[in-house]
Amino acid sequence: MSGMTVSMPTPDAVTIARRAEIAAALRAIVPGEGVVEGEDGRRAFASDGLTAYATSPLAVVLPRRTSEVAAVLSYCHAQGIRVVPRGAGTSLSGGALPLADGVLVGLSRMSAILDIDYDNRVAVVQPGVTNLAITQAVEGRGFYYAPDPSSQIACTVGGNVAENSGGVHCLKYGLTTNNALGVELVMMDGEIVRLGGKALESSDHDMLSVVIGSEGLLGVVTEVTVRILPRPMTARALLLGFGSVDDAGRCVGAVIGAGVIPAGMEMMDRPAIHAAEAFVGVGYPMDAEALLIVEVDGVVAECQHLSVEIGEMAKACGATSIRASADEAERLAFWAGRKAAFPAMSRIAPDYYCMDGTIPRGALPEVLARIAALSDEHGLAVANVFHAGDGNLHPLILYDANRDGEVERAEAFGADILKLCVEVGGVLTGEHGVGVEKRDLMGTMFTDIDLAHQQRVKCAFDPDLLMNPGKVFPTLHRCAELGRVHVHGGRTAFPELPRF
Amino acid sequence: MKAPSPFAAPTTTAELVAAICSARDERRVVELRGAGTKAGMGDPRRERAIIDLRGFAGIIDYEPRELVLTAGAGTPLAEIERLLAANGQMLAFEPTGGTIGGVVAAGTSGPRRPFAGGVRDHVLGIEGVSGRGEAFKAGGRVVKNVTGYDIARLMTGSWGRLAAITSVSIKVLPKPRAEATLLIENLEDRAGLVLMARAAGSSAEITGAAHAPSVGTLLRLEGFGPSVAARADMLLALCADGGEPHLIEGEDSPALWREVRVASGLPADLPLWRVTGPATAASRLTEGLAGAMWIYDWAGALVWIAAPEDIDVRAAPSAAGGQASLVRASEDMRARIPALHPEPTATAALRARIKAGFDPAGILDPDRFAARR
Repeated sequence: MSGMTVSMPTPDAVTIARRAEIAAALRAIVPGEGVVEGEDGRRAFASDGLTAYATSPLAVVLPRRTSEVAAVLSYCHAQGIRVVPRGAGTSLSGGALPLADGVLVGLSRMSAILDIDYDNRVAVVQPGVTNLAITQAVEGRGFYYAPDPSSQIACTVGGNVAENSGGVHCLKYGLTTNNALGVELVMMDGEIVRLGGKALESSDHDMLSVVIGSEGLLGVVTEVTVRILPRPMTARALLLGFGSVDDAGRCVGAVIGAGVIPAGMEMMDRPAIHAAEAFVGVGYPMDAEALLIVEVDGVVAECQHLSVEIGEMAKACGATSIRASADEAERLAFWAGRKAAFPAMSRIAPDYYCMDGTIPRGALPEVLARIAALSDEHGLAVANVFHAGDGNLHPLILYDANRDGEVERAEAFGADILKLCVEVGGVLTGEHGVGVEKRDLMGTMFTDIDLAHQQRVKCAFDPDLLMNPGKVFPTLHRCAELGRVHVHGGRTAFPELPRF
Repeated sequence: MKAPSPFAAPTTTAELVAAICSARDERRVVELRGAGTKAGMGDPRRERAIIDLRGFAGIIDYEPRELVLTAGAGTPLAEIERLLAANGQMLAFEPTGGTIGGVVAAGTSGPRRPFAGGVRDHVLGIEGVSGRGEAFKAGGRVVKNVTGYDIARLMTGSWGRLAAITSVSIKVLPKPRAEATLLIENLEDRAGLVLMARAAGSSAEITGAAHAPSVGTLLRLEGFGPSVAARADMLLALCADGGEPHLIEGEDSPALWREVRVASGLPADLPLWRVTGPATAASRLTEGLAGAMWIYDWAGALVWIAAPEDIDVRAAPSAAGGQASLVRASEDMRARIPALHPEPTATAALRARIKAGFDPAGILDPDRFAARR
């Protein structure tokens, strides 16, 4: 799939002409196979998970340690060369989309687990360690790392920090920001800072928090300290079918209203249920308009008690089918369909566009009804998967890139969905990040003054705006200018000009 | 000693903008204040005028099933806690403070912090006015939100030095249906710390772990009745080798933790420090402090230390990767010793640049915690 363009900072021709010299300088810092200069090699890094966009970087460098990252950034800073960091490249919002005149710094070779401290219940890892690898390293002692994005087998913890990743169990156990205690960060000028550490918190304004979710714009994370938790004794999943989204939504509200926070609570609509069942065949109810998968975990007494209570609430909300997992194998099977929901879409359409927005939970029936109307309007089918526990919605827009104009229609449909999320009191992105994909919609949520306050944080870390420009924010004033931008009534002059 | 003069008590954002703009134009340093419960922290001799933010009070939005509450920053914490309790909900991080805005600005969390998260983990969004005199918002009213930089969380622990917060959206959680505390008496500090670590690393899912040398080791269990009972049995098995365990139920359990939250039992006439660090360093933090008394919380990751004025409480946390905040002391001591722990040059420089972005004129209480003289 190709052909889409998004307006990015104009590449600097002089830098591009110096590619060989720059690659040689990088090779002096990261020898051996650490620098990719050839065209084929660079093209392999041209896209991340948002495959609609592809740009080969100026060069790729793959450092192995913090000192190499610092030397690379210091060099680029001195030369005025832009930098784009990359973890596993699984971003769904174009967060790792390269710049033609930018050095792509890939962290995949920094994949060591540096310290597992069971007494303090933390692990210290390099940014290229995959999310699942942390759990695998500590599971022998009965621990795990709680945030579990569905890409956890591939995505890196550095990327998790960039996107404040969640996962099914973030409802009970929190997001990356609630589980990361510290980072080591190399800033664009090569300076290394440590924010947080093994202690639970600092007493001054919380700079660690602003780095988490900063989408690779404030620096390159070279070390992460995370909390590890004791594994719950057991877990049980409930498969609840409903005759309408309304009923399923009411059940979600009832569960939370009763003071129960399940470990996970996911919803799928009819198209998603059917696609998943066709793909994995786990026995989802085919007559249901909405399916809730609810997981409870803890000691046996807790799971048993909660299973019964949730089942009763589901019945009271009109559930048409209720199944509770009898053993671990069945629990995993219940989840298999949900976990396969995205790839399952490729069976019903050549392409799909996964959206990500968050809404207040109670707005779900209204939002789904309006998404159905938008589906008719744009002439494209849609399936919905929903983190019911926290209102994070993933509409999957189905299309065929080979059919004229369908890519554009899919993008327009997606933008309408995101605006709808903001309209009902939600936000543009719950976990995938703004990246390039939602950059130009930031104005629907924030005024120019709001964005200026955010950009000044950026200027504190990267005053020359060399780190990952073109992402997240639609307009980037030069830092020195920011003080002089006159904002009248929340509007800047010439707001329609994209400025990098 | 100069008494801070009242400067403004705005009740609308426009009034607050005007107050900050005129402070900026007059180059007048201001202290942003809610109920002033923590006014005893920081340099008492700094010249500043008070902007009283209690006028921004009131519940703005509360939908229990959405697990979010939005309120004016000046809303009394007690009012919020009463409202939440009436709906079977709570602020899981057990704050102390007078107003919800002050709770966020001070960022101090109570005993449940290691298990349920702290203030920063529950802040979802804020509205406020920066030192530039500009009204802005950050974050939102939902938990899953990665739209732009997390400036709402950046405000946690900012002590009114980045912006005046006018409203806060905060995550709320169900109040547990049952609670019990295992009190183990007669354990030495080290044994208490070991037991707390073991309990925190077990599947008992404790939500409090404190050790007060004069009282004992406390382990809290919360949840549904049958679950609490089963987990209490698990904990009893863990304490098999030492101390005398008693199970405390009913109202006595929350009463105990209210006392832990405010470190009661420490002498009120000694300077008070709040020290955070890795739990494994806890016993080192209290070593050799002649004439001092202390309480461990957060399974050892927090130590309240009441120590005579001449004792250097900061040396041990500095060596152990922790921090010591001076929470209560004589005016003279507060003038000599900066309230917040010193930090490395690179971190301090970054912090100063972030502050300059929000408050270029340096009017928002820049010297409250300044390292001195």
